[in-house]
Amino acid sequence: MADTASQMAPTTARDMTGPHGPKPRRALSGRNIMIYGTLIVVSIYYLLPLYVMIVTSLKGMPEIRMGNIFAPPMEITFEPWVKAWSEACTGLNCDGLSRGFWNSVRITVPSVIVSIAIASVNGYALANWKFKGADIFFTILIFGAFIPYQVMLYPIVILLREMGLYGSLTGLVIVHSIFGMPILTLLFRNYFTSLPEELFKAARVDGAGFWGIYFQIMLPMSLPIFVVAMILQVTGIWNDFLFGVVYTKPDLYPMTVQLNNIVNSVQGVKEYNVNMAATILTGLVPLIIYFVSGRLFVRGIAAGAVKG
Amino acid sequence: MATGKPIRLFRNLSSKIAAIPMILTVLFVFVGGTAWTVTYSFTSSKLLPKTKFVGLRQYERLWETERWLVSIENLMIYGLCSMVLSLLIGFILAALLDQKIRFENTFRSIMLYPFALSFIVTGLVWQWLLNPDFGIQKIINGLGFTSFEFNPLYNSDIVIYGVLIAGLWQGSGLVMVLMLAGLRGIDQDIWKASRVDGIPAWKTYLFIIIPMMRPVFITTLVLIASGIVKLYDLIVAQTGGGPGIASEVPAKYVYDYMFQGQNLGQGFAASTMMLLAVLIVIIPWAYLEFGGKKRG
Repeated sequence: MADTASQMAPTTARDMTGPHGPKPRRALSGRNIMIYGTLIVVSIYYLLPLYVMIVTSLKGMPEIRMGNIFAPPMEITFEPWVKAWSEACTGLNCDGLSRGFWNSVRITVPSVIVSIAIASVNGYALANWKFKGADIFFTILIFGAFIPYQVMLYPIVILLREMGLYGSLTGLVIVHSIFGMPILTLLFRNYFTSLPEELFKAARVDGAGFWGIYFQIMLPMSLPIFVVAMILQVTGIWNDFLFGVVYTKPDLYPMTVQLNNIVNSVQGVKEYNVNMAATILTGLVPLIIYFVSGRLFVRGIAAGAVKG
Repeated sequence: MATGKPIRLFRNLSSKIAAIPMILTVLFVFVGGTAWTVTYSFTSSKLLPKTKFVGLRQYERLWETERWLVSIENLMIYGLCSMVLSLLIGFILAALLDQKIRFENTFRSIMLYPFALSFIVTGLVWQWLLNPDFGIQKIINGLGFTSFEFNPLYNSDIVIYGVLIAGLWQGSGLVMVLMLAGLRGIDQDIWKASRVDGIPAWKTYLFIIIPMMRPVFITTLVLIASGIVKLYDLIVAQTGGGPGIASEVPAKYVYDYMFQGQNLGQGFAASTMMLLAVLIVIIPWAYLEFGGKKRG
């Protein structure tokens, strides 16, 4: 590469009175054009679907039939959005995606709280109050994360039915807490293990117990990891489809399930603009979380990806 | 308490209480549930689970069903392509972003945002983009290339590649982020040394950096592989398994037989096969990753 060679230009005869430091790179070198060119082309590939979604959702149906999907709308209309939110039909119900939205809220909020509460206390017990056999359970728990959900779908149906919770909101919250447990426990255990042990010992000497140390020392110190866990769980649970379909009844279907039913219904004329508006609406919550949280989101998925 | 010596079970009691959800989950769902499903895959359960054991009959029928064979083939094609391509794309993008470029955060955000979206949203967007009457095919035809044909969602032979495009769009950003983290973890002195020796950059990547990033690659591969087996939502949203049965996958087979076909035994047998496939991937990995450490 020519560029690397120029960087290594002989420095022996450096004139100390002249300009110092490495040779400045030209902004428009062939190397830069290649790098930025590739990145921009790739970015277009990633952005195109989002752009087409937005553009399509703002067009009227006649314009969609006539025109091309990449063209910006000639007449912007928000009617598809209104229709997707409050009038789109799934089967006999025609109250739009709003019902799915509120169902998803009702599912996501308690599931996130319960799963994080359980996993944080559990991770704390595993990190600081290890009991005999704890490691065995923890190892199986982590391996459980790799078992395909399909293997456990039906046994859970039976368990929930025995408890009288099959098809209820509580049942789905339990399911989300169960399947969120491996990754969240790992996250919290690793975080609590990384905190200085002296802190824990000092609190023990002062007579604090299990819950005292958790609420007064660990909790206030670990806000970042709670935020990471929340991002992970909110996006994960909001985007869930399988558990929503299996463990709830149609009037409790989360937004993803309802969206799929609206768009892929075989009855009636396909209204692509309404479909795209509904699709954006469903993707909006995780997208907002993603763009607001930025680095923390990356940290969350990286933490989720790296095993203990 | 009055007995003086505390009973062993009550030692560290709060900690054990805190771990009850984990213990119950492990015992009743992960271990118990898996064992239950595997056991009942040997029965002739139809609408309800029953304990009439029929040996390997369900498995024989499973491997005689064309839909299952198509599902397995699709998963193999999708899995192989998705592993190779997402590693390739992810690594190249990470290497490009690692060149001390401007707007790195912007580019990274753009490449990663699809990962925040659900498979349902992904599938529906790409269904629209690949729609033959309105989407990419029509645009390119309109540009004058009238013979251009790219209609994966209505062509049984290539439908799985249509799904692959959507899957890569959604998931390659994650691979890129993991690879970038791996690249950042590499000592900068290695770059200086290779530059002093006059080794071209692509050779440094191929023979020095990539071998050093082995752990990152393995983690990423395991992650991608376990995601591939779960492939379900994307198919449901984008193709619904069609045209015909051309884009069916095992996870969908299981769901359809368990909850719609009222043929539980088939569902159990199919899900046990899925478990087997995962074990074939996981056990060697776990042995390599953890087995060595314990002995060392």
